[in-house]
Amino acid sequence: MTSEYLIYKSLLVVLVFVITLVVAMYSTYAERKIAAFLQDRIGPNRAGPFGLLQPLADGVKMFMKEEVIPGTSNKALFILGPAISILFSFLTGAVIPWGSAVNIMGSEYSLQIADVNIGILYLFGVVSMGVYGIMIGGWASNNKYSLLGAIRASSQMISYEVAMGLSIIALVMTTGTLSLNEIAAQQQGWHWNILIQPLGFLIFVICAFAETNRAPFDLPECETELVGGYHTEYSSMKLGFYLFAEYINMFISSAVIATFYFGGYNMPLIARFVHDSNALAILGVVFLFAKIFFFIFCFMWVRWTLPRFRYDQLMNLGWKTLIPLSLLNIVITGAVMMRHEIFQLFVK
Amino acid sequence: MQLTSRSKVVSNKTMTFKERIYLPAIFSGMMITLSHLFKKKVTIQYPEQTRPVSQIYRGQHTLKRDEIGAERCTACGLCAIACPAEAIIMVAAERKKGEEHLYREEKYAAVYEINMLRCIFCGDCEEACPKEAIFLTDRKVDSDYQRKSFIYGKDILVEGIEPDKRVDVSKRETAAVAEFKTHKEYDHNKVLKRNNK
Repeated sequence: MTSEYLIYKSLLVVLVFVITLVVAMYSTYAERKIAAFLQDRIGPNRAGPFGLLQPLADGVKMFMKEEVIPGTSNKALFILGPAISILFSFLTGAVIPWGSAVNIMGSEYSLQIADVNIGILYLFGVVSMGVYGIMIGGWASNNKYSLLGAIRASSQMISYEVAMGLSIIALVMTTGTLSLNEIAAQQQGWHWNILIQPLGFLIFVICAFAETNRAPFDLPECETELVGGYHTEYSSMKLGFYLFAEYINMFISSAVIATFYFGGYNMPLIARFVHDSNALAILGVVFLFAKIFFFIFCFMWVRWTLPRFRYDQLMNLGWKTLIPLSLLNIVITGAVMMRHEIFQLFVK
Repeated sequence: MQLTSRSKVVSNKTMTFKERIYLPAIFSGMMITLSHLFKKKVTIQYPEQTRPVSQIYRGQHTLKRDEIGAERCTACGLCAIACPAEAIIMVAAERKKGEEHLYREEKYAAVYEINMLRCIFCGDCEEACPKEAIFLTDRKVDSDYQRKSFIYGKDILVEGIEPDKRVDVSKRETAAVAEFKTHKEYDHNKVLKRNNK
């Protein structure tokens, strides 16, 4: 392991970290703007040109606010909750292939922090750790609304992780790999997985909405019933971390959806016009971010369109609809993959 | 009784498959919100833009001066009696020699205060005034942090002497209005009589 390699990797880590932060920061701005536009309003436009400094102002506000830790709370866990939440949101960015490899002075530099061959498993492991942040935070607050929100969050996330995992199994069957880099590389040109796995994509997207606690699955923090949900007792930057973690999750989910089903950094027909591999890699990053931003927009678009589910509807959808559907998807995928063998079985 | 032509009879029928998968409905709903993305925004950016108001809008009052700049108000108190919100108080004083250019008649209001938090901007004071002294204008009452600053005295209410500081009330002080005021059988005059009893 050369020092050059270490520098390149740490540079990439810092870059991904900073980009994640900036995107999450401006997602809050975009959310407010999109919400405003969808409701025929203008949205924040006072801080800086077009209100572009609004996220900074919000951040300053969050830091300046009084920090209240309830006397009856479990202090250590109370602090641990948001820390876990934001930590595991950041960790997921490590396996996303942000672009194909860049060639600088004869050596290849992959634009992925860690090309682990079990990338999907890693992703799932880290995402399910995110539940702990919410659960611990809600429990440590010692408040019934927080606890109810936390219980809702954990049961919701656990339920939808099953369907999500099953929908991914069908994808793994067709791609034959668990590495995100390979999945992205396989989708060159028009071979996007959405065309092979439309039902799987639908299930995955619905589960992604549920996993990120976004509307219409935002029951853990529904204001109408639970005051604020699991973060009712939180204030200052601890609350900021929880809210920020949600936006980071949204960013990473969009990146994962783009990588799994929409070709990642690939764009059809582009190889005809651009032949330099480095330029292609840079363009790939641009395309990936364009796709990510589109999905972030979709997340917000859905939030400001659909009303929230009732809790029993949520559980019905998860267990009685999505899980059977994803199982059916696996069976159909398997049948199509083994069609020659099945055909020969009948011919004999 | 049918109240509207858009009423729908609610039925409890079982949903069709298309309705049960919800996706077409979700899609059409999202198209509706998407169309709003491009619609004209209704927001009025307040301090920079203001909503246009009618020229006979009933806003902040003004106490008029006559042509030479003397105050028209004679502190008769009819506006205070007419006021349903009891927002007006005044203290009358006698005009001294040499003050003819300041006050039009022998009696004037030394103190004239309107509590803008009590005022309901009905315009009854204006209607009651026999001297064409008080008018409501299309100006809005400024906001403030303290209640006591909403008791407007003569320093705010009386218009300036200089021609450019005069408040234009020509839209409210029309010949038709003056004609209307001369009719003693109309309600506004009857109310005053009743109160005077």
